Amino acid sequence: MKILIAPRMERCIGCHSCSLACARLVHKKLSWNTAGIRIASSGGLSTGFEAKSCLACDPAPCVLACPTGAYSQRKGGGVIVRKSLCILCGECAKACPVNAIYLDPSGEPFVCIHCGRCVNFCPHNCLEMKEIIVSGNNETLTESQK
Amino acid sequence: MIRDYFKVLLYDLTSGKGTFVRIDGREEIAGGSGLAALLFNSYCNIKENWDNPEQSIIFTIGPLTGYFPLMSKTVCAFKSPYHNQYAESHGGGRSALCMRFADIDGLVITGKAKRLSCLFIGSRNLELRETHYLRGTDVQVSGKILRNMFQGAGHRSILRIGIAGENLSPMACINIDTYRHFGRLGSGAVMGAKNLKAIVIQGDGNFPLVENKDYPKLFQDVFKQLTTTEMMSKYHNLGTTENVAVLNEFKSLPYRNLQYTSDSEIKGITGETFANDALLRNAACAGCPVGCIHIGFVREKFMEENQYLYRQVSYDHEPVFASGSMLGVKNCFSVLSIIDAAEKMGLDIMSSGVALAWATEAYEKGIISEKETIIPLSFGNAKCYKEAMFYLATGANDFYKILSQGTMKAASKYKGEDFACVLGQEMAGYATGEVFFTSQALGLRHSHLDSAGYSYDLKHNDKNVEKAVEFLLNDEKARVFLTSMVSCLFARNIYTNELLKECLSVLGYKNIAENVEKISVQIQKLRWKTRISTGYDPEKIKIPKRFYEIITSKGHIDAEFLGNLTKEYSRRIKSFASE
Repeated sequence: MKILIAPRMERCIGCHSCSLACARLVHKKLSWNTAGIRIASSGGLSTGFEAKSCLACDPAPCVLACPTGAYSQRKGGGVIVRKSLCILCGECAKACPVNAIYLDPSGEPFVCIHCGRCVNFCPHNCLEMKEIIVSGNNETLTESQK
Repeated sequence: MIRDYFKVLLYDLTSGKGTFVRIDGREEIAGGSGLAALLFNSYCNIKENWDNPEQSIIFTIGPLTGYFPLMSKTVCAFKSPYHNQYAESHGGGRSALCMRFADIDGLVITGKAKRLSCLFIGSRNLELRETHYLRGTDVQVSGKILRNMFQGAGHRSILRIGIAGENLSPMACINIDTYRHFGRLGSGAVMGAKNLKAIVIQGDGNFPLVENKDYPKLFQDVFKQLTTTEMMSKYHNLGTTENVAVLNEFKSLPYRNLQYTSDSEIKGITGETFANDALLRNAACAGCPVGCIHIGFVREKFMEENQYLYRQVSYDHEPVFASGSMLGVKNCFSVLSIIDAAEKMGLDIMSSGVALAWATEAYEKGIISEKETIIPLSFGNAKCYKEAMFYLATGANDFYKILSQGTMKAASKYKGEDFACVLGQEMAGYATGEVFFTSQALGLRHSHLDSAGYSYDLKHNDKNVEKAVEFLLNDEKARVFLTSMVSCLFARNIYTNELLKECLSVLGYKNIAENVEKISVQIQKLRWKTRISTGYDPEKIKIPKRFYEIITSKGHIDAEFLGNLTKEYSRRIKSFASE
């Protein structure tokens, strides 16, 4: 099982290619908001960039907060979203501790599904898909934590 | 959003109200440069002065903005305080994508705010907020305050002016997102005349994509070309400062107010030196994976006991030429400190650097004295230039007031026209020869980017006037189509007409794709007609004596060839207006 991580954001040039790729390829939109990864400058361009994306919590607070079961826990961390069950209440976004879930103007949530389609669009290799070992007691460990 | 018309926001600062209008003409002039000229003809008064509240400042994007990589520029059009004629300036940063996601193809701002104000635009926002407390703030300070005032970090663009713009200097630029600019011909003063300190554009909309597999596939192909081939390596490697050493080698680098064209001690300001010693990191315009923005640093000791501050400063060939070789400054950190001084004031570094180069030679010749310059100016002395930038931006005395109107205006008054390095406006950093001088002096934007005259000089030894002028016009025609998409011109070798046709077709702009040649000519003619209607006469442009005195790697400038080039290019430009 793999998750998307952004371990080299100090290399980021702020081109937004990752967000645009996610919106284009996963959500079929032209957007840099309706995407599982969004780039923000942290206090102007002079201070560099941060990636807002799902950190693959397990258990995920957004799953616990979802009142309809639209969000369910993904093995290895992160969530699986069934939009047909979503009532646009926005509780998932409120529960996310790192502001990784974007609600569009209609309230539709957008969150990373850890598919990795953005990774190859980063010109500076800021992003990568990391293998996660799922342990027996439902905890997830990265390779380095094994 | 893909549409066969233009959605334009008209905002009247006088009434504080805006409205959206539908403008036809997509299939005739595409967008960007073409749309800017179209809107200028509708929403500016060609007879009134540039600072009349009736005039508009116009921002446009194109049909490919945001849809393909490097389609990341915005066109700004206005009546210029520099020459009171039609002007176009291009800038990047996040401005283009923010306009796309704010769902406007064009923004026309007219009228004059009662007090200094900031215009806030988004797909669901429109607000004029009074910001009188920002008067006198430099570009860095105002940026910080504005970032706190408006939400949307990362997905907003902040266009702002500095003290130079507030003082209506024709050398005032509009700063875009700290490291990019609408630099030349005084757009900053146009905002200043409207009491408009800043425009914040929030890119908070999103659009469904065309439902076909061809678009993501074509995007992938273009992206691959831009990121994996050598074609763009120049721009993200050393960046355009690579040109410094190359032009110096070709005896084509303006040096000490163009008294020389090369220097054996140029090493301190070459692209390699900047990269090795001063480069902190690269950054990119939104939607561009190339990352050509090179950011260096200025470090200053402000107190004993090793108390330092630092600031980040972007650099390129043009700023390095204007604040480096042209001023005889040969240390990269000194160059960055001069750029930094101009940046804070909201001055265009190219125009201001070249103006101060003229002032220095005039001072050395005794034409002017400290009565005019306030401080002694000497080539190579970065400290005096940093101070002079402040005098220029604030119009500290009559001399600096007139110098900030343009080098030639000061040269006419104080008698130094022969060595004023002005080609329509202050020269760009290429002393390559006759074709470039013609191209910049007569070109629509008086920019080195109007056409590749500098490249033509370096590659051709023949003196065929018709061939050279044909090259300039054809190259301009190709470029105006690109700047109507709106592409960064760094991608011009990748976005051939064939590729542009594919990009337009896959998005549904089939009629534009099928008529690229015809539309290019239409845009080219419209721009020239617009410029000429505001009073431009290419035959009145004079190339100062200094340009005839230099020696390049090809030898002395051929006065007859240069004269014939300007004559023929003028004739061809004027024929556009009469067609």
